[in-house]
Amino acid sequence: MQQQQKVAALSYSFPEEVLEHVFSFIDSTKDRGSISLVCKSWYEIERWCRRRVFVGNCYAITPAMVIKRFPKVRSITLKGKPHFADFNLVPEGWGGYVCPWIKAMAVAFPCLEEIKLKRMVISDDCLDLIAKSFKNFKVLVLISCEGFTTDGLASIAANCRNLRELDLRESEVEDICGHWLSHFPDSYTSLVSLNISCLANEVNFPALERLVSRCPNMHTLRLNRAAPLDKLANLLRGAPQLVELGTGAYTSEMRPEVFTNLAAAFSGCKQMKGLSGFWDVLPSYLPAVYPVCSRLTSLNLSYATIQSPDLIKLVGQCQSLQRLWVLDYIEDAGLDMLAASCKDLRELRVFPSDPFGLEANVALTEQGLVSVSEGCPKLHSVLYFCRQMTNAALNTIARNRPNMTRFRLCIIEPRTPDYLTLQSLDSGFGAIVEHCKDLQRLSLSGLLTDRVFEHIGTYAKKLEMLSVAFAGDSDLGLHHVLSGCDNLRKLEIRDCPFGDKALLANAAKLETMRSLWMSSCSVSYGACKLLGQKLPRLNVEVIDERGPPNLRPDSNPVEKLYIYRTISGPRLDMPGYVWTMEDDSAYLE
Amino acid sequence: MSPPLLLPEEEGQSNPSTVASASPQSLDRFSQTAAGLKERNYLGLSDCSSVDSSTVPSLSDEKKENLNLKATELRLGLPGSQSPERDLDLFPLNSTKLDEKPLFPLLPTKDGICSLSQKTVVSGNKRGFADTLEVFPEAKYTANTRVNILLSPRPSGAQPTTIKEMPKKVVQESPCTANGTGAPISGSAPAAKAQVVGWPPIRSFRKNSLATTSKNNDEVDGKPGAAALFVKVSMDGAPYLRKVDLRNYTTYQELSSDLEKMFSCFTLGQCGSHGGPGKEMLSESKLKDFLHGSEYVVTYEDKDGDWMLVGDVPWDMFIDTCKRLKIMKGSDAIGLAPRAMEKSKSRS
Repeated sequence: MQQQQKVAALSYSFPEEVLEHVFSFIDSTKDRGSISLVCKSWYEIERWCRRRVFVGNCYAITPAMVIKRFPKVRSITLKGKPHFADFNLVPEGWGGYVCPWIKAMAVAFPCLEEIKLKRMVISDDCLDLIAKSFKNFKVLVLISCEGFTTDGLASIAANCRNLRELDLRESEVEDICGHWLSHFPDSYTSLVSLNISCLANEVNFPALERLVSRCPNMHTLRLNRAAPLDKLANLLRGAPQLVELGTGAYTSEMRPEVFTNLAAAFSGCKQMKGLSGFWDVLPSYLPAVYPVCSRLTSLNLSYATIQSPDLIKLVGQCQSLQRLWVLDYIEDAGLDMLAASCKDLRELRVFPSDPFGLEANVALTEQGLVSVSEGCPKLHSVLYFCRQMTNAALNTIARNRPNMTRFRLCIIEPRTPDYLTLQSLDSGFGAIVEHCKDLQRLSLSGLLTDRVFEHIGTYAKKLEMLSVAFAGDSDLGLHHVLSGCDNLRKLEIRDCPFGDKALLANAAKLETMRSLWMSSCSVSYGACKLLGQKLPRLNVEVIDERGPPNLRPDSNPVEKLYIYRTISGPRLDMPGYVWTMEDDSAYLE
Repeated sequence: MSPPLLLPEEEGQSNPSTVASASPQSLDRFSQTAAGLKERNYLGLSDCSSVDSSTVPSLSDEKKENLNLKATELRLGLPGSQSPERDLDLFPLNSTKLDEKPLFPLLPTKDGICSLSQKTVVSGNKRGFADTLEVFPEAKYTANTRVNILLSPRPSGAQPTTIKEMPKKVVQESPCTANGTGAPISGSAPAAKAQVVGWPPIRSFRKNSLATTSKNNDEVDGKPGAAALFVKVSMDGAPYLRKVDLRNYTTYQELSSDLEKMFSCFTLGQCGSHGGPGKEMLSESKLKDFLHGSEYVVTYEDKDGDWMLVGDVPWDMFIDTCKRLKIMKGSDAIGLAPRAMEKSKSRS
């Protein structure tokens, strides 16, 4: 009793300012959330000093709610469309409009410094509003976004005097005019990071050169494909302090002076740690980057259509490599070399060079991945496209790499079995989840039955995101996952025979997850309605381009289903092919 | 046979061994798990009649063992049921039967019938739509069962994931026809693999980059339709855009028919934003009136930024230069045709 009284006294005597100061060392959203749950006063103190907000689903909460709780936000991250939108499974016009957020924040957060968006739609007007509303605006990151043009970028360039970062990674930008870059005033020198790799057309190169050379803190520069190679040397000379460089097209008429210039320029880049770009590579120009290879920790060659021998020569020089993204031209031989040379490798992504071809065009098999899993003790993140796999290989990989946290395997042909035994790959993936106890993200492929889901439900206790396609036999599969995976946040499923039963039996689980996507499955309209009615804190959205689902029988399966938890009720900006299943309260009015 | 489903209250009396043997794969421990299934009946499901057994029949054991993947067909809806007739069947297929005027004629013609057919599509390698049918003699293609058009077997026997009347978005295959139950047509595999939407899971940016690379690269055997070529399609008055993959088509006719499917709901006022009255079905007569009064044309923006009428140039040339599509009223498109002709002449 006395102890409790002492503790209570302590908390009353602790001034707010001190607590605030302590909290300022804690940045992670999760930890901040925990702090706010300790007691009411901590909740209050914490909310006034929270500077960074992460909203994983822009429809889970309204801008007004965020503003009300956290009045002094400086950085906001918002995500819009479901992940499967990346693969054209979400029709155009679905949503993810950032405009309401920008408008609200323009009024409420005049000190806002950072906006980071993923899979959202942002217009030029919005960009203009950002440019003119936030005097200290510093960071704009637009990943896989769309809806804007280079005119919007011009406004940002012209108005954001303190801009440090402009990153347009993989966004769809309507490229009207390359002169938007010239809108950065001559007095502007604070650029640190620029990623324009998604732009289709040439930017005004002289303007770019001047910009880069007058910004002494330039750290990251990612050019677009249209940027000519013969101008790269000059650019690099103006910014030898660059740490991350994305080249443009890495090809030009073979001219000795271009090559020597380039090699010399790279030699001058003593801080360079990351390279990307490399579209249209002319192999004879590759040696120009050799001077920086030994220091490289990150190398993205996933657009470089160069063959295995050239790849091996290049990658073989990069002993410090931690991250490699590459096309399957690297082949098993290249991966063997990687395993032997790059002992610090943490992340490997192998993309398909010919994903729609009928047969393998390269000698890349499961063996390459097995080699890397053996040779690289720190490897924990894998994305691997291939055409064949065995349970034995998966088993070996699992045992080699129990530290695996992200494992995404895409066997190109759906439902491909173990090519040696012709069995399903259930036991292979089972081994992965059993041995890799910290697995956070998993994508499945190949021939899979309900059994694999049983394994996942049993072992994958830390799993947060699961992607499933063309797998399973029955609702039991889905049930295993929903009932077993305690930490599941995002589940996306396509073309699986999962219907109503598992969903309805595990309905409450859906409120503990960020979202569930199911397309080309067997969930009936009736079940959707039921879920929508009974679970008011979920938005159950039916996407069906055939027309209103109530014109068809309740038992008719819906085309696509997107369920997400929300505290802001049904959204109001849906296109004509999306219906939100209303909750019961709607009928009471 | 259906696998046993989860809810203990439904399977109450079934003993574990039945459950185990019914599963396609022998799940040795399954019986334990089944018995130990926690009842998570949050919604009082056993009372709920709307919850139907809507799961797809599982693969039988033999089939699994033979890996006769061709025979395993995932279908939506109750086992044994055909997909229901839908109002979209009101739209006639405008391919072999040209007596119905297409909604979006690709060229404004006097007699109002899509004159595109095989004449203007001159590229030697591309076959007109009707020609492709001859390659697949087993195909029972009829104009009325549009169902057939949308399905295509993939030579390796993997599942057609586009199920019957799935709208255009889902259809990615070239027009190899199949009958509704997905019996594969062997032997005449198209050069490029029939594509499934969003599979393999590669982002558009990467797909488009690959496409450009293979065009630039001499060594790569330029398979037609090797990579996707998405362009935006807008329509005057429609609330939102669509995207089409031009590589899915080999003729203007296919493109036209898909566009028609996609945008028909706009022209008929079916898909509006919510709150509108668009929930009634249109009467057939109203629809026919509309079709015959067809006033829309399809135009495209080419690499030079000019707007041209779709259909003037050979298909290959078209997909090379087309940046985006726009469906506009015929009256707005006057004056485009002559320009297109001149341009293609000056190019060749």
